[in-house]
Amino acid sequence: MLLFCWNIKDVKRYIVGRLPAVCIGLCIALSSLAAEPVPVASPHSNWVPLAQDGLHDPSNPRLDLLQNPAEALSLLPPDLEGNERSSVVGNRVKWVKALREGYINPRTNIYPETKIKVLDLDVMLTKRDTGELPRVLFPHKQHTEWLDCSNCHEWLFKSKTGATPISMFAILDGEYCGRCHGAVAFPLTQCQRCHSVPFAAQAPAKAQ
Amino acid sequence: MMESDLRTHSRHRFRRFMRAGIVSLALSMLAIPFSLHAEYGDVVLNKRAEKAGVRPVIFPHWFHRIRFRCKVCHSELGFEMRAGANDVLMWDIVNGKFCGMCHNNQIAWGPENCDLCHSGKQGLESGIHGGDSTMGPGRW
Ligand code: HEC
Ligand code: HEC
Ligand code: HEC
Ligand code: HEC
Ligand code: HEC
Ligand code: HEC
Repeated sequence: MLLFCWNIKDVKRYIVGRLPAVCIGLCIALSSLAAEPVPVASPHSNWVPLAQDGLHDPSNPRLDLLQNPAEALSLLPPDLEGNERSSVVGNRVKWVKALREGYINPRTNIYPETKIKVLDLDVMLTKRDTGELPRVLFPHKQHTEWLDCSNCHEWLFKSKTGATPISMFAILDGEYCGRCHGAVAFPLTQCQRCHSVPFAAQAPAKAQ
Repeated sequence: MMESDLRTHSRHRFRRFMRAGIVSLALSMLAIPFSLHAEYGDVVLNKRAEKAGVRPVIFPHWFHRIRFRCKVCHSELGFEMRAGANDVLMWDIVNGKFCGMCHNNQIAWGPENCDLCHSGKQGLESGIHGGDSTMGPGRW
């Protein structure tokens, strides 16, 4: 919770301070509308049934053969805990935890000859000035448990720290990290999950 | 104590600032057709479906990622990670390509189950859907 406040404050200062960030701020605004916790009677009402989701045709005679998201997703670890549990963040599932703790065990390959590569390497991204926001740490392990190297290298990211011209604007536009984050993996509104390493200079202020 | 007051205060100001933004954005969003409640990561494929007289196709990421890691589809099976980038034809599916690599009555039920894939409302736009925060790549 403390971390949360601190980040929001940071984001605010950033917005007041710099013009480009207004765009980013507005994006958060959009989501904070959706992320407002709604009191719910049962965990199932966190997910909209297919027949009402605005996408599925309710007159499809075989719609009831399809699974409603709540039936499966309510059994997985929630993305946010406590009061915020029913906030809308992606699928409302902490997928990394669901995989790690064995709630799910999705297949890694279909062809027996496919090589499975998992890499345990954290990369600190320090090329951009993130102002007072914490720095971005990119963890290979969590990614390669789901993805193959070729999903990112070399077309999206170079295999050399600092060689890729990543920026928050490009990300918000669906490039780099924004290919997946904002589409399938946890959304871009969760700033602090990527911006997770505070500057050393900020650490004392944050400690108390 | 003082610090937390300050924090609350700045949070209130932040909220107010944000509310103003929300209102103007909410208004501008009304013009853009999008579904507010679709499950995060749902992809609509409707390049040809509706023109050919069948419902648009809905591909649910949440359902498939419980069973398969991303690498199975996006590396082994070669699905491009860009909605609309894969030119999927029904004929190819029946012949074991794209969705048909699994929906072949071996790994999953087969292509004769039209209504399970062709389950979308008329008029849906191709692309990533998913109610909450971002509208996916290039859609901010
Ligand atoms: C989700 C995307 C993603 C996946 C999947 C991925 N990487 Fe990376 N990788 C990155 C990013 C981002 C960087 C940092 C690039 C930069 O700073 O320009 C990086 C950097 C690297 C580096 C350079 C590290 C250094 O110290 O300079 C190596 C080596 C690397 N990756 C190898 C791999 C291998 C091997 C795999 C597969 C097992 C893999 N990566 C999978 C995103 C990915
Ligand atoms: C090819 C798709 C892809 C790209 C590109 C990608 N990610 Fe991810 N990322 C994922 C997936 C999948 C997960 C698993 C969690 C989920 O789905 O929400 C994940 C999880 C994470 C996590 C959470 C780790 C944890 O322990 O909870 C962080 C942090 C993260 N990504 C940062 C980044 C950053 C920073 C970049 C860009 C440099 C990036 N990702 C690019 C797909 C991607
Ligand atoms: C998926 C991971 C991810 C998320 C979520 C994310 N960022 Fe970033 N952000 C990055 C990366 C990667 C960079 C580039 C860092 C670098 O190279 O030093 C960056 C850079 C920035 C910068 C530096 C300026 C620039 O253009 O590069 C700012 C400011 C920023 N992010 C703000 C935010 C805010 C505000 C949020 C929440 C709304 C957010 N970010 C969410 C990954 C993320
Ligand atoms: C496994 C999922 C799946 C099943 C089952 C399925 N389809 Fe499709 N179908 C698709 C996808 C994906 C497309 C491409 C949609 C697009 O881009 O417009 C498609 C496209 C089509 C098209 C558009 C024209 C063309 O040739 O591509 C027709 C017509 C069609 N399907 C009919 C059927 C009929 C009839 C059945 C049942 C016998 C069926 N489909 C079953 C997934 C499926
Ligand atoms: C069962 C197969 C399958 C699995 C598993 C799968 N995807 Fe996909 N993915 C697809 C299909 C199909 C599309 C739509 C392609 C199209 O429209 O041409 C897609 C599209 C995407 C897109 C493009 C979205 C956009 O806005 O353009 C991204 C990003 C993506 N997937 C990421 C992931 C990630 C991350 C995972 C793992 C957590 C994953 N996918 C797992 C089949 C899969
Ligand atoms: C990697 C294998 C794989 C691929 C590729 C794949 N699917 Fe599936 N799909 C499955 C499996 C396995 C099931 C579950 C079958 C069962 O329940 O018997 C499934 C189930 C489904 C369902 C039903 C979900 C429910 O609620 O029961 C739909 C709809 C669907 N797939 C659509 C598609 C479409 C459209 C594509 C292509 C764009 C596709 N799938 C590609 C493996 C795959």
